[in-house]
Amino acid sequence: MNLKLNLVAMQTIVRKEMIRVLRIWVQTIVPPAITMTLYFIIFGNLIGRRIGTMDGFDYMQYIAPGLIMMSVITNSYGNVVSSFFGAKFGRHIEEMIVSPMSNATIIIGHVVGGVLRGLLVGLLVTVVALFFTRLQVQHPLIMISIVLLSSTVFALAGLINAIFAKKFDDIAIVPTFVLTPLTYLGGVFYSISLLPEFWQNVSKANPILYMVNAFRYGILGTSDIGIGTAYAILIVFVVGLFSVCLYLLNRGVGIRE
Amino acid sequence: MKALSIKNLTKTYANGTQALKGIDFSVEAGDFYALLGPNGAGKTTAIGIITSLVNKTAGEVEIFGHSIDTELAAAKQCIGLVPQEINMNLWEKVQNVVLNQAGYYGLDRQLAYERTEKYLRALRLWEKRNDNARSLSGGMKRRLMIARALVHEPRLLILDEPTAGVDIEIRRSMWEFLREINAQGTTIILTTHYLEEAESLCRHVAIIDEGRIIEDARMSVVLRKLQREVFVLSLEAPLDAAPQLEGFDAKLIEETELEVEKGPDTSLNELFVQLAGMGIRVVSLRNKANRLEELFMRLVENKQDGFKEVADA
Repeated sequence: MNLKLNLVAMQTIVRKEMIRVLRIWVQTIVPPAITMTLYFIIFGNLIGRRIGTMDGFDYMQYIAPGLIMMSVITNSYGNVVSSFFGAKFGRHIEEMIVSPMSNATIIIGHVVGGVLRGLLVGLLVTVVALFFTRLQVQHPLIMISIVLLSSTVFALAGLINAIFAKKFDDIAIVPTFVLTPLTYLGGVFYSISLLPEFWQNVSKANPILYMVNAFRYGILGTSDIGIGTAYAILIVFVVGLFSVCLYLLNRGVGIRE
Repeated sequence: MKALSIKNLTKTYANGTQALKGIDFSVEAGDFYALLGPNGAGKTTAIGIITSLVNKTAGEVEIFGHSIDTELAAAKQCIGLVPQEINMNLWEKVQNVVLNQAGYYGLDRQLAYERTEKYLRALRLWEKRNDNARSLSGGMKRRLMIARALVHEPRLLILDEPTAGVDIEIRRSMWEFLREINAQGTTIILTTHYLEEAESLCRHVAIIDEGRIIEDARMSVVLRKLQREVFVLSLEAPLDAAPQLEGFDAKLIEETELEVEKGPDTSLNELFVQLAGMGIRVVSLRNKANRLEELFMRLVENKQDGFKEVADA
């Protein structure tokens, strides 16, 4: 493999993705900021005051890491699925397929683009959160590594969705019927210790629970699950989903006849 | 050296359609090669396989000696593709469409900018570099795809109907540009429905029909296979009836327009000698049909008696 060629190609994809994100900032950056502001106002400020504390933190503080993580993963996923499917739909994915860059480069370029958008939106939501509550980061390295791994997982998942998607409906189905329910049930708004044991065990099958809690641990120092388990799950997902993406692109699934 | 070598290439789509039924052909480096055929003949499938847009079912493809099975990246590096359909991100700026492609081929940023300017200027798009691609006219979009395909300076340029829907002035300027590129050493494969274009530009022609190559030879050799040609002569003075011409079939279309069919054993000199002898002065002369078009129709439609003899000649 020509390393320099693939490095330049990857940078090109990332630059193209960032230009796209900033060109359509009204669609990519503003909506999550507005949505999260509403969450903070309604759940954090209005309802949260009546809830009191959770795991020793006021409710606004408790949900802030989850809301930041929610915006990161939905935007990482959304960026890759819409960009890659858009390229398929507009056929400009052919620009990449005919070029000598490897399929791994195509994957990494899109994933980095998705992660960067996730981080950009996450940063914006963090700034919004700071208007409502104080956040003192307890474990910065854990916070950063968890957010990077989580956004990578969802960027890869978005790519798989885009590879199989044949029409625009197909890129909305997974976020609507899978991603959103898993996120809401992933411990963003509550500690699973509040649930009956059976539902606690069911919740532990939800990978987003590990991402949200590990990220919350990085910021607040509290978590419902073991951090080591969260890392293990995230790494397995990253490796597994990357392998699936590579296999699909090498086979030409969804991109070649 | 062979720019392209294809052996026993077959493609059967998932729905069972056999688009290619074992085609063999090769293109010499530096050639200007026409790949012709009616709609659905298999041209675009063949190009799709060469450029990795379509998976082959069986067969071998080599580009400048690089097999697409074992040295795919090296093979791809040699190719520039101008596809039949517009396949660029129409929301991108014109300049970025070309710059991105340069990046995909590993050109560093400085070189990418230089090449982008070079080819956008050559294709008269430099003034549009900051416009969105969607704002370009159809002809400009096609020229942009040519600039994009050339930015990494490929050794083999494949153009799949590049002038479809382009007005005659731009078409001719594109022909000039392609001639220059070819003269500089780039091998070109062209598919087109404008057979005049293929006859004017290409030195070699292959005709594909129903997934099989039915003709593959130098353009001059192919054209010589035409047994008869029809010429239309404009006359200085009107005639009442077509003259009797030995060795020619003549038909009076209008009073001053004579259609003459010429066989392989006669020459236009003989025709003019006979006409001069009758006191008939010819003001101008034109070939009634494009020669390649005529041959193409005979080969593809298989209508004319003696087709086999023509094809096998």
